[in-house]
Amino acid sequence: MGKQLLLDNIHAPGIATLGVYREFGGYKALEKALKMKPEELVDEVKKSGLRGRGGAGFPTGMKWGFLAKPEGVPRHLVCNADESEPGTFKDRYLMERKPHLLIEGMIIGSFALGARTSYIYIRGEMMYVYHILEQAIQDAYDAGLLGENIMGSGYSLDLHVHPGGGAYICGEETALIESLEGKRGNPRIKPPFPAVSGVWNRPTVVNNVETIAAVVPIVNMGGEEYAKIGVGKSTGTKLISACGHINKPGVYEIDLGLPVEEFLYSDNYCGGIRNGNKLKAVVAGGSSVPILPAELFLKTAKGEPRLMSYESLADGGFATGTMLGSGGFIVMDDTASVVKNLWNFTRFYHHESCGQCSPCREGTGWMEKVLYRILDGHGKKEDVDLLWDIQSKIDGKTICPLGDAAAWPVASAIRHFRSEFEEYIKNPGSIKDVKHYYRLHNEKEPAY
Amino acid sequence: MEKEVKFSDETLALVHKIMKRYPEGKHKSAIIPILHLAQMEFDGWLSPETMDYVASILRIQPIEVYEVASFYSMFNLKPVGKCLVEVCRTGPCWLLGAEDLVRHIEKKLNIKDGETTADGMFTLKTVECLASCGTAPMMQIGETYHENLTCDKVDQVLNEYRQKGERVTHWDKKHIKAQQ
Repeated sequence: MGKQLLLDNIHAPGIATLGVYREFGGYKALEKALKMKPEELVDEVKKSGLRGRGGAGFPTGMKWGFLAKPEGVPRHLVCNADESEPGTFKDRYLMERKPHLLIEGMIIGSFALGARTSYIYIRGEMMYVYHILEQAIQDAYDAGLLGENIMGSGYSLDLHVHPGGGAYICGEETALIESLEGKRGNPRIKPPFPAVSGVWNRPTVVNNVETIAAVVPIVNMGGEEYAKIGVGKSTGTKLISACGHINKPGVYEIDLGLPVEEFLYSDNYCGGIRNGNKLKAVVAGGSSVPILPAELFLKTAKGEPRLMSYESLADGGFATGTMLGSGGFIVMDDTASVVKNLWNFTRFYHHESCGQCSPCREGTGWMEKVLYRILDGHGKKEDVDLLWDIQSKIDGKTICPLGDAAAWPVASAIRHFRSEFEEYIKNPGSIKDVKHYYRLHNEKEPAY
Repeated sequence: MEKEVKFSDETLALVHKIMKRYPEGKHKSAIIPILHLAQMEFDGWLSPETMDYVASILRIQPIEVYEVASFYSMFNLKPVGKCLVEVCRTGPCWLLGAEDLVRHIEKKLNIKDGETTADGMFTLKTVECLASCGTAPMMQIGETYHENLTCDKVDQVLNEYRQKGERVTHWDKKHIKAQQ
């Protein structure tokens, strides 16, 4: 097992309470941080090499460094706890079990950025976690860890938790900001970036739950020590939420750089494929990243063993690689149908498109229709090329990355599993009924 | 006679507390939490009267509430049963049998997705990924996640809710007192 910087003591009874969290060394990092200068904290995070754990992998220290600090204008730290990328369930696990780790990270981060009011935007569906956080925040206030003059440092902070209303798009930082302002979650055009003009047009940093939590061990051990964990520019530990056709689904904290084969087959992690089945494909970083067939997943095109790191998973670009993404690790054995799974994901993106940009709004629905037609036994020979054409006209042509996220699974499925599409088109008898999902609220079977 | 649309004193106190979390003049930010509270208090859905009431509390135009309520999937713009049964239908759950689960519930309750049972007890709704993929397939009722489901487990869970016969909502009433 790798180092457990975030999940340490996660099974200790009562770790969700302030008392037990402190018994295990909780809020020591805050104590240390409040004695440092804010710029020193930003430097530690820069030295740690920490990269955004929500999916994009942008260096956190650099993001913090970009925050504008105009005189007299309040600035905010907002935690993105809108975890909704299919296959990803690490943040919920962490917040539910160790809410004070996130709160400690939020206080340190807010201090480093000079924020006086910070928010945790949690997806509304996780309402029970919202209440866990509310309680934890109240306990932190009562203990003098929030509010006026924290630990006698002279620094004051208000921290609030804010529930969303159910929308995948609000995981995109500018949509999240719109939503926090009480509006529909329509992403904004960048620039201006949130670092200059974010929530209520004030400078804002939006960070993922795991990113903010990682600041706590970074302060405890120092940025340089943290950077020694991992490989190359993939420093530190990463939470991976593993699901699908494996023996041991769950949330695992790994040292970045762990060989994927070990992660997939070792009993310390996924424990291999269920029922002794054969591995067919893996979606390594949440539904948005390219799907890879077993052989390209375990080894790069150059024949090197693939590692769980930003660089190794991306090795070969989109032609033969994928992305670490959010760490939503979805495994499919040889009983799974890549085309059906793709239809499910495409339906998801169509449902979740906010509708601002026509390539995404129309394109996701169109792709869903074509995939449905294939699965309904009426696929045409030219449909695979049509799908390729549509996805290529969404990718990179929308305000926010939801369009890309919808396009990449389609492109990669065609790239690596073209024969499965062709078999369905040639031999519709090999397809099981998928109509079921269209007898839904507000949804009709698409006419094609 | 129609019930008057007005929060209880306890809930209203919480509404005002939440509104103060945002900067002066930016209390519109409280709209989503307040709509959750409204669903809790007014039968699990948002009628036009309820939304107008929320607009009056926030001192904003009703259209500003409608456009938000219609964007987010957790807000029900039509009446729902006492228990909204939300079954995850996205990729990972689907890989592990969510489809069979939905079919089973449809048969057991004799309703289709999106419909409500004749006795007003259950509404079935399929929803997108609820971040519970490692414990798939799953469904949410009120604030509770029911995970690692089989058809037998679903029967058991639904029977428990039927026996209680109470309305459940995402924002559970039990949290109101705790947060005063």
